[in-house]
Formats: sequence, C-alpha cells, structure tokens
Amino acid sequence: MAQGREASLSPETILAELKKNGISHVIWLPDSETNWLFMLMKAEPSLTLVGVTREGLAFSTAAGVWAGGGKPVVLVQNTGLMESGDSLRGWALGLNVPVVMMVGYRGYTRHGVNTDTAATYTERFLNAFGINYYLVEDDGDAPRISIAFEEAAKTKRPVAVLVADEYHGFNR
Amino acid sequence: MIDTAEMLKVFNRHRGDAVVIPGRGGRHWVGISTQPNRDLPVGDPAMGGHSSFALGLALARPDQKVVLFDSEGDVLMGMGALATIAEQQPKNLYHFLLDNECYATTGGQPVPNAKNVSYDGLARACGYARTHAFDNLERFSIEVERILAAPGPVFVWLKVAPEVENLPIKERRQWRKRIAAQALLDLRKELRVDP
Repeated sequence: MAQGREASLSPETILAELKKNGISHVIWLPDSETNWLFMLMKAEPSLTLVGVTREGLAFSTAAGVWAGGGKPVVLVQNTGLMESGDSLRGWALGLNVPVVMMVGYRGYTRHGVNTDTAATYTERFLNAFGINYYLVEDDGDAPRISIAFEEAAKTKRPVAVLVADEYHGFNR
Repeated sequence: MIDTAEMLKVFNRHRGDAVVIPGRGGRHWVGISTQPNRDLPVGDPAMGGHSSFALGLALARPDQKVVLFDSEGDVLMGMGALATIAEQQPKNLYHFLLDNECYATTGGQPVPNAKNVSYDGLARACGYARTHAFDNLERFSIEVERILAAPGPVFVWLKVAPEVENLPIKERRQWRKRIAAQALLDLRKELRVDP
C-alpha cells in the first residue's frame, strides 16, 4: 500500500485473479470482512465453493481436488492457517500438492509493531514450514497472486499469498 | 464385528471402476485390489482429513465413483467434514466407516465414548440422505451391491474387529508399495489428467 492511501484490495481483483488462473474450487472458511468476495464468488459459475468447518480440512480437500485434476485455492485467515499445521504438512507438502493459499493477515500493521500475536507468528509459521509467500496490500499488488500460482505449479508445493490487513474494504 | 479383510473382498466384487481410498483398510486392500492405479492408498497423511480428501476428489471428478474407507478416529477428529459433504451432496461419493472403537495403531486405546456414538446417526443429522449400519458380514454382503448402485452421498457404518498394533513403528510390516505422492500421480495419469 502506498503511503497515505487507503488500503484498497478489491474483491473484484481477487476474483479476476482466480479466474485468470483457472481455479475450479475455492476451499474456504470465512475470513474477516469477506462477505462481498463471498457473494461475488458465489455468483461466478466457473467456481465451486467448498466451505469447511476447520481450516485444516481445507488442505485435505484441496489435495483431493488436485488428485482429480481440479485446481483448488485455499482461502483462510492466518489464525486458521496456524491451526492447520499438521494438515498442511501431511496433505499439501507431503503429497506435493501445488496449491495457493490466500491468507488473511489478521493484525498486520505494515510498520511491524503489532499488538496481535496472530500477526506476530504468521510469517514465522510459514518460514518454519519452508513455504514461500507474497504480500498483497492493494490492487497494484495483484500480479503477485498470479506469480504465486505459477510458483506453486512449478515447484509442486503450497505457496501463500498474505492479504494484508485482512480484507478491509470487502464489505459493501 | 466384521473382519475388515473379508469385508473388503466382498466389496471388491462390486467395485466396478470406482476410485478407492482404502484409509485404515489399506494394508488389506493392497493385496485385494486388482486396479491399483485407481486406488489411493495414502496411508495417514494427517489424521482427520480422509473424508475431506475424498470429497475433494469426488467434486473434481463427478464422472467417477469415489469410495472411501474412513475410520471412527478420523471422523471424530474431523467431524465437521460430514456437514460439508452433506452440503455439497456429491452423488458419486460412498463414505464407508470402519469403526473398531479404538486407536488400533497406537495400541488399542478406546476412542472417546467408543461404544455409544451412533455414526450413522451423526451422518444423517448432518444431512446425508442415505445411511446404513452393519455389524455382520452376511448382511453387508447382501446389501452392498444395492448401496453402491444408488446415488451418493451415502454413509455406511461398519463395526469391525480391531487389529491392534503394539510393535514399535519401525518393526511393523510396511504394506504400502508406493509413496502417497506417487499414488496421486498414478491416479491423475489413470484419469488422464496428466499425460
């Protein structure tokens, strides 16, 4: 996000990236302020939305989708990502599943001084698993989402997109 | 109580071309199946995820019948998956549950409330349209063809005899012939996803 500008990562941008990258299934658990994105995705006929009840189940679901030839994306919050550690290890890393996970970065403040431990541990968690990640703050960063998809396909590993400051602006 | 290996032999007669995720029945299934490239003996990538994995596959390939042999320990760990499966209503998913009332691979400790959980009731309450329960092989043998001929999602609760393992892991028989990741690649090739 450029200094002095409001964070503006529009849900339309996210949806366009998902379509551009041929996503077939969005496996997700609602993040903060994702309702407008949810409505857009629900109206998009090329996407199947699969709502899970715990984030860990998203990775096993994604592995199954990939095994069948679909192209999944996982959409969760950083809190849920941390809950998913063993599933991420076993079902995604262990089975070489090239999945992009878009992670709402709860607590992100840009200047690094945060009061939310969800933010404190997010990047440390990803680093511990050796998972590469890209930070997306506004629409100008959207090409990084495609880069993440390309990298996942090339490396046959999960790649994360950290959606900064959650999805502010996603409610309408 | 049903003998898992004998049940899988009966099932195999009616398998057709179904993709099979043998779950905790894998150690027997690898010696029974005649279509290994349509099997996903992934072992235990992370407990609790088998039914979600099967759902993902069923959703990605509605043209394929998907059969899962889940366990009660896995279901208890990822119980919310039942609601997700019921919401998605995959007509090609057949969810069999091998309930031995214990964590057999860790020495046979009972799962919580082992003798009192009604798993077919859970599935029904979550929204599975059809559920079945069997505690003997004879009845299962009579019904299985009809179960597999009807549309999913179907939940089939099977009370099976525990096969408890107490040996250290490194001393146990290694039943898998492929690593789990290779099984996925083989299936993708079989389904013509990959050349």
